Amino acid sequence: MAGRRRAARLALRGVSKRFGGLQAVSDVSFDVAAGEIHALIGPNGAGKTTIFNMIAGMIRPDSGQILLDDIPLVGRRPDQICRAGVGRTFQIVRPFSQLTLLENVAVGALSWTDDIDTARAHAREMLALLGLGGRAEALPGEITLPDRKCLEVARALATRPKLLMLDEVMAGLRPAETDRMVAVFRRINRDTGVTILLIEHVMRAVMALSDRVLVLNNGRVIADGSPREVTRDPEVLACYLGSEDLG
Amino acid sequence: MRRILEGASPRARVLLAALGALLLAAPFLVDSYVLSVLIIVLFFAYVGQAWNLMLGFAGQLSLGHALFVGIGAYASAALFVHFHLPPWAGVFAAVALAVLAGSVIGYLGFRFSIRGAYFALLTIAFAEFTGIAVAHVDWLGGSGGLFLPVSNRAHDDLANLRGSPTMFYYVILTLTAGALALCSWLLNSRLGLYWKAIREDQEAAEALGVPLFRCKMIAVAISSGLSGIGGVWYAFYYNNLFPETTFGTSHSIELILATVVGGVGTLFGPILGAFVLTPLGEVMTALTEGIGIDGVKPFFWGLAVAAIVLFRPSGLWPWLYRLLALGNGTRGGPR
Repeated sequence: MAGRRRAARLALRGVSKRFGGLQAVSDVSFDVAAGEIHALIGPNGAGKTTIFNMIAGMIRPDSGQILLDDIPLVGRRPDQICRAGVGRTFQIVRPFSQLTLLENVAVGALSWTDDIDTARAHAREMLALLGLGGRAEALPGEITLPDRKCLEVARALATRPKLLMLDEVMAGLRPAETDRMVAVFRRINRDTGVTILLIEHVMRAVMALSDRVLVLNNGRVIADGSPREVTRDPEVLACYLGSEDLG
Repeated sequence: MRRILEGASPRARVLLAALGALLLAAPFLVDSYVLSVLIIVLFFAYVGQAWNLMLGFAGQLSLGHALFVGIGAYASAALFVHFHLPPWAGVFAAVALAVLAGSVIGYLGFRFSIRGAYFALLTIAFAEFTGIAVAHVDWLGGSGGLFLPVSNRAHDDLANLRGSPTMFYYVILTLTAGALALCSWLLNSRLGLYWKAIREDQEAAEALGVPLFRCKMIAVAISSGLSGIGGVWYAFYYNNLFPETTFGTSHSIELILATVVGGVGTLFGPILGAFVLTPLGEVMTALTEGIGIDGVKPFFWGLAVAAIVLFRPSGLWPWLYRLLALGNGTRGGPR
């Protein structure tokens, strides 16, 4: 498995979404090159998760195009988009609580294999990769929240994504756990080449991981550049980062 | 077979083998009354298994399963009465019609995102209006009921399902064992894991590549088809069908109670539940006969069922499973 390259390019073109009177996402365009790691940051309500949900097919944009390599994603169902190569985690973890960790992850692997034994074997690999190898037969309720976040990641990775979307997987983790998670993503990105798009508030992780950072505010992209550039942008400092220590 | 016994301890295997042997030998061991009770037990175990596949495995609550049983019963009975079509052929029509009805309900429910209690209401509505419709069709006996010619029980005619209680016993035992094997196999398949994922969190499942609509439709189709087969047996065993009792909501509840008591989502819950509830009803009848007040039996029976559901909300099977230590140490809970 290691060494097999599977990366996809993501492009958003003029994507907009309105919820009632709220323009959640407004004419957003950006590109994520194959194999790169991009972070999506911004204050709460900026539209980050809405963008994730539109890419994953859970919400249909009012207008605009979303392309994975050159495949248009708008109008496809979430399961089809998953099979097209997009794996995602949920901000609030959503484990299958009556299934073991192994079964949880095997569900993801069944998106590319019909064989349950193959899926289980792959699920074991993914659990081991995320440091959960010893808990395969546990139920999600029996492990810690940081471990459940790892489970969420293992499940998404088991689908063999070309684009991995991580929604605040570092939130609530201690610094040491954050560093472990950062190391895992670096390794996955290096080993498989997978493109990663992450929503993150933990700037320590954003700075350590990202090739580029996109800053959203009120549904618009207000900055797009390297972590260093973005964190010096006066507009970004004003609306989001403030005087926060950027570690 | 390997899959069925996966996760079972040697003790569980011995118990299962003993239970199987006892059930196979039962007609030679018990009198006709006990046999008649066993027949009802197995019928509820079978239909409960079919219903469990939809709610317990795939998470879709149906409170109108009498519809599928009723369609199977009426289709095979009408074909037999009017065209002398034997039930082994009529069962194909029965299953086809039951699956068709299940697919229509499933399509409406899943396409238009009618979930949970609202989906259950949809299933009730279909069962109720089918009952009303049947009551107006003379070809199906109308509200007066449809009657099968009562057979000469001197010899067993398996092809026509005419014969002794012992024959009906072995037919329903075969069906119950078959449904158990099918459900066990399905539960350990890709589809089964997809169903369980949908049951737990359908959006999370969909994000992992699970095609919701297709998986749910398959669950409804298999469940309604199995129920339709049960309906054929029901028609030929009872020999009479009345629209209100066959399609009524109380019949639907009766069909699922064993599974609720035994344990929704478990393989042996429907079987255990049926083995508890039906004999419980019989014992209650015997005990309350002396009192001579109408309604005493259902009252105490209802009380007993309520107590079981209250004290063992996840069913009797998970509790018994732990009590007898039937697992082999691996996790995943009772099956």
